[in-house]
Amino acid sequence: MPAVTETIDTVQSVTEGAYKWGFETDIEMEFAPKGLNEDIVRFISRKKNEPAWLLDWRLKAFAMWQKIEEPRWPAVSYPPIDYQDAYYYAAPKQTVKPRSLDEVDPELLKTYAKLGIPLKEQAILAGVEGAGETPSEGGRMPVAVDAVFDSVSVATTFKARLEKEGIIFCSISEAVQNHPELVRQYLGTVVPQGDNFYAALNSAVFTDGSFVYIPKGVRCPMELSTYFRINAKSTGQFERTLIIADEGSTVSYLEGCTAPMRDENQLHAAVVELVALDDATIKYSTVQNWYPGDAEGRGGIYNFVTKRAQCRGRRSKVSWTQVETGSAITWKYPSCVLLGDDSVGEFYSVAITNNRQQADTGTKMIHVGKRTTSTIVSKGISAGRGQNTYRGLVRVAPTAGSARNFTQCDSLLIGDQCGAHTVPYIENRCMTAKVEHEATTSRIAEDQLFYCRQRGLSEEDAVGLIVNGFCREVLKELPMEFAVEAQKLLQISLEGSVG
Amino acid sequence: MLKIEGLTAEVEGKQILKGVDLEVPAGEIHAIMGPNGSGKSTLSYVLSGREGYEITGGSVSFNGVDLLAMEPEERAAAGLFLAFQYPVELPGVGNALFLRTALNAVRKARGESELDAMQFLKLARERLKALHISEDMLKRGVNVGFSGGEKKRNEVLQMALLQPKLAILDETDSGLDIDALKIVADGVNALRAPGFSALVITHYQRLLDYIVPDRVHVLMQGRIVQSGGPELAKQLEAEGYASVQAAA
Repeated sequence: MPAVTETIDTVQSVTEGAYKWGFETDIEMEFAPKGLNEDIVRFISRKKNEPAWLLDWRLKAFAMWQKIEEPRWPAVSYPPIDYQDAYYYAAPKQTVKPRSLDEVDPELLKTYAKLGIPLKEQAILAGVEGAGETPSEGGRMPVAVDAVFDSVSVATTFKARLEKEGIIFCSISEAVQNHPELVRQYLGTVVPQGDNFYAALNSAVFTDGSFVYIPKGVRCPMELSTYFRINAKSTGQFERTLIIADEGSTVSYLEGCTAPMRDENQLHAAVVELVALDDATIKYSTVQNWYPGDAEGRGGIYNFVTKRAQCRGRRSKVSWTQVETGSAITWKYPSCVLLGDDSVGEFYSVAITNNRQQADTGTKMIHVGKRTTSTIVSKGISAGRGQNTYRGLVRVAPTAGSARNFTQCDSLLIGDQCGAHTVPYIENRCMTAKVEHEATTSRIAEDQLFYCRQRGLSEEDAVGLIVNGFCREVLKELPMEFAVEAQKLLQISLEGSVG
Repeated sequence: MLKIEGLTAEVEGKQILKGVDLEVPAGEIHAIMGPNGSGKSTLSYVLSGREGYEITGGSVSFNGVDLLAMEPEERAAAGLFLAFQYPVELPGVGNALFLRTALNAVRKARGESELDAMQFLKLARERLKALHISEDMLKRGVNVGFSGGEKKRNEVLQMALLQPKLAILDETDSGLDIDALKIVADGVNALRAPGFSALVITHYQRLLDYIVPDRVHVLMQGRIVQSGGPELAKQLEAEGYASVQAAA
């Protein structure tokens, strides 16, 4: 159809340059020497004033990493990464705590402003002493923010207010200093150091990330949010997030990410560990908007991330929701290990690949406890020359009597040069378990576009409407403010990707 | 309102319209009848700007402007509405959202203020009530799981909201029971005004009992071969298209 090529052209013309978070902040940084060896691991640990057990833990991870091979099974291709040609530690230099916004590096403030963070929060993020612990605008639901700038958490907001409830929300570096017993008890218990190549790398060199502990019976009164930004050149970002929801507690956690536009590829290898005890609920939402590279596939973030949750307690519940629009390559399988009886795992995902983006993403649901249930809803959208693979595993152990899983994988193709692939693995060793899998592949049809345009919608608006409709089941899982953001992002990522 | 002169068009290299001449003055409703394959649907798609239809000659003027030079959404904003023979399903897209987005796109293009959700809902409810259509229609996905009759009713609802200057009904009567047919006819008749015209494309005379046209044209083999008053439709119903063919 002639309609298709024309539409694709339109989409591409709009998409180019549409990444509005591609700016770079010119700020004085402190780097560790390039390269990766035991000395760098020691350097990072020393910089962070870590206890000996953690340095040993890192060194053990580094030794493991050297023996593990980089995974080659994902359906993505990229030139070999030279792990010695990158900085593993980069931090904004400012060390003295500023007393007012005037003393904060203006470049850092500009960055926050561009990212759309209100001034009051900017002050808190910049670490201004005494900057508000009260909500910034009357009536608005506050969101506590932890901002990670390259390797370092720059600030966490609303700390005191959360502490009143006994909630700990801080950077993992602070947690190591102030709550070592909790960190030591849980770190690496969900994703062990030697779990996989990138997890081992992260364990050796992780620089910061968020730490959350919700005490027994506490319902966290606000959304907790971490904002990740890679700024410095040639750096990798290796953050580590650990969330523990104690018995009967509830927490909703959001994560957002951006990076400057650069011609080189940058590595992001994070590890996220979630622990839910009896009757605890963790809702973890991600809007991932790392720089995807340009239309020709130059630059962009390699997003090689290990995210896993353990539902350790009875009736515990973990829900992952992700909207993946950025990154040159995404390799990511947020998973749930359902140990406790009647525990629940959920995975809701929208992954978009446009231009030359590649995504190999999905989930693992491991059913161990009795009557455990899991739900997987994956929406993959491929446009341009994007390649999108859903890869998922549902494993039911013999112990998981009456376990249930429902999986739905839908792919939407835009144009004729992209690809969608679905690779579901099902391993059921339990006679009483029920596992269901549904999959569809469709295109944005020419008649759908024409129908919308005949009613007065521009082609871009029509695509946005149709794609948002396609993703609706997932978007409705996101917290309200995030959902609006995600809808806009989908449209920006896809403008013109019609077929 | 609408002036078509010597219009020729091809689909995939095959000539379908072979020189259509037709004029619809403001305030009039014209019917186009013809056998299958005569080019009726092609004419409606060419007028609304669907891709894949190549115009090889002739001109179409819509209130004095060159219709063929406009994008489909510009034609919609200018007041052209096509009621589809097969309304398209948009899974996951709520009907209310779709209707409001469409209405606001058209209002914006016309320099009118956009309606917020509450204003839209009020307007939509009025229109639904006038057309005796259930409010549930707004809550469902666009045409998803709709019966044939519901889809056509939804087209009429959209028409009532968008208030076009020229409505083209492409075999809107096909597959409708008599109640649905009346709703469609009521929708069109309610819009009758000096500034509103309609082109009712149909295979059967039945719809024209409810929407009484000012003129009836017979389209055969890509040309208008005969025109007349409402009585022409009755004659066709009685004698079939063969008689026209013989006369032409």
